[in-house]
Amino acid sequence: MRVGVVTFPGTLDDHDAARAVRFAGGEALSLWHGDSDLQGVAGVILPGGFSYGDYLRCGAIARFSPIMSAIIPAAEKGLPVLGICNGFQVLCESHLLPGALTRNSELHFLCRDQEIEIVNNESAWTSDFSVGERITIPLKNGEGSFQCDDRTLNELESNNRVIARYVGINPNGSRNSIAGITNARGNVVGVMPHPEHAVDPLTGPTADGLAFFTSLMKTRV
Amino acid sequence: MAKVIVDVVLKDEILDPQGDAISRALPRMGFTFSPTSVRQGKSFIITLDHQPSRDELSEIERAAATLLSNPVIESFSIRVEN
Repeated sequence: MRVGVVTFPGTLDDHDAARAVRFAGGEALSLWHGDSDLQGVAGVILPGGFSYGDYLRCGAIARFSPIMSAIIPAAEKGLPVLGICNGFQVLCESHLLPGALTRNSELHFLCRDQEIEIVNNESAWTSDFSVGERITIPLKNGEGSFQCDDRTLNELESNNRVIARYVGINPNGSRNSIAGITNARGNVVGVMPHPEHAVDPLTGPTADGLAFFTSLMKTRV
Repeated sequence: MAKVIVDVVLKDEILDPQGDAISRALPRMGFTFSPTSVRQGKSFIITLDHQPSRDELSEIERAAATLLSNPVIESFSIRVEN
């Protein structure tokens, strides 16, 4: 399966995302922000980093890039898309996911291994987990506090659209300790911590993140 | 010549940790006024070589609502200075 990994100016984690796809048994294809051809990929990853230098707001400029003008309608038709960290911010700015990511409540940039609990295994990117499974993957961001209005929060909670929550102390002030959410259809997922940095015990804290990528392989083989 | 200024601030119900930090820093630095809260925002100063027409102002409003602010968390206001 071919999975596109987007590189915006300022993207940092595209190589690790591509490596995670290969570890999961897929083929990673690099997609450039200035192109608008998805080249027939079966899924897309928007990796972490600081697209366009985080100018204006995190993800705000990336939303208007040519590659996003191709990804947005494809995602609305069901193409699996995973946004990690800055990618999550891009998905919110694109309105593919509700809410927004704002400054961490304690203002510090956090960089640490974070335990999260998977609470939905019905999305395209979490089907290889069990509900209630606790995993440890790196968290590294300055603007990771998930915020939305009460109506949106109720909608997310009552429709099982939260995919993961932080375990223990809420690290960044996210509402209901939300670490990741999905859209109504379950094909678009945004997650703040970084599964692509935890696919190999040699280079990460665990290999717990790999199941995000193996989930996709099972979704659309 | 005119300046169209778009002020963007976080909505009241959105946590503003930067504003809160400033609010806590003020008395620590010896300022004697005691704010009930501080909210931090940003301004976009758009300079035109003419007075903006009604159409141009509505275009600027559209830019403010789509690019300059994120309506999920922020509100904006527009003012014109000559």
